[in-house]
Amino acid sequence: MVSFKIDGRSVEAKEGTYLLEVALDAGIEIPHLCYNESVKPYGACRLCLVEVSRKGKSRMTTSCNYPVMEGIEVLTQTDKVLRARRMIMELLLSMCPGDKLLQEMAEEMGVREVRFKKEDKDCILCGLCARVCDEIVGAHAIQFAFRGDRREMVPPFGGEAMNCIACGACVVVCPVNVIGMKEEGDERTILRWKRTLKMKPCKVCGNYFAPWFQLEKFKEKAKLPKDFFDVCFTCRS
Amino acid sequence: MTHSEIETIISKYGNKESSILAILQDIQAKEKYLPREALELVGEKLNIPINKIYRIATFYRAFSLMPRGKHEVCVCMGTACHVRGAQRIVDQIKLELGIRPGETTKDQNFTLETVNCLGVCAAGPVVAINGEYFGKMSPGKVEGTLKKFRSEKKKEGANGKA
Repeated sequence: MVSFKIDGRSVEAKEGTYLLEVALDAGIEIPHLCYNESVKPYGACRLCLVEVSRKGKSRMTTSCNYPVMEGIEVLTQTDKVLRARRMIMELLLSMCPGDKLLQEMAEEMGVREVRFKKEDKDCILCGLCARVCDEIVGAHAIQFAFRGDRREMVPPFGGEAMNCIACGACVVVCPVNVIGMKEEGDERTILRWKRTLKMKPCKVCGNYFAPWFQLEKFKEKAKLPKDFFDVCFTCRS
Repeated sequence: MTHSEIETIISKYGNKESSILAILQDIQAKEKYLPREALELVGEKLNIPINKIYRIATFYRAFSLMPRGKHEVCVCMGTACHVRGAQRIVDQIKLELGIRPGETTKDQNFTLETVNCLGVCAAGPVVAINGEYFGKMSPGKVEGTLKKFRSEKKKEGANGKA
């Protein structure tokens, strides 16, 4: 265990944990977009900036990927931090002016206007969808491509995401909700990755419950018996 | 590029995931671009997911995912060339070839690229075609310079037909 201070409060945490999760657990609010406890921190959105003093030296850093250390002093609400966060918010908003969540967060943080040229993107490039797809689902369907101002999140070679199993994890996890999923008849579509898969009906209730492609992948990975997914999840219990 | 050629390249670097850049560079050097099939094969052999390979291949400007022309025309846009009118040279080449920087002509003969410095600032504005440097360029010289590479192609075409 290491002990340190956040905003003057003494906190204890396990070694190897990161500042943001410790702060959130202690009930200290730090705004964040690209952080999710189920995947590795990435530090893309930069909103979780805090001031960390260590051995008398202070610097600003992202709290989501800063490992806790003995004796550090963390300040989450200084003028310097708040000003920097407002600037980041303004930049995010200039990239994606249409995002509802961003607008609300900006309002809360006191961002009144956007002084930069507005683009018409909707993705904030936090990479959360790809990290979930790689680390949790293991489908490796999407990833960043290109770089700098041309960076985007796309399936390999554009077009349809051929490795996507249409599980919808990315849809759920996206902080700005721009991926989108649609179910129509026996088809499920992940809109942003242009992936449409046929669904399998349950042998008992007849409802379509999951895409064939996905169930085959699961069976192959977990070495399940052939008829394992004949019955849907609700009918099984 | 055949499967076995790619496999030779991969084994040359010891089938290691960390050698991915060197492998892609070799394929790029041989093929002048990275064919989709090659990337897929490399991913399969090294056990790297295709989304990661695509990320790497699109990140670096040294890699191209589109087939390149036979002749690569590089216009230097470095500071010294820029102040001596490199932009006008690019404009002239764009007119001559009918393509923008980064594109390839329909007959697959020319690819136009801009680079940020070729290291021969004294000779600027500089254009490099297939690594051959043409210094003190002007919009007027563009046509004549490109012609050498054009006629070479035409001759070949005629021979091919005959």
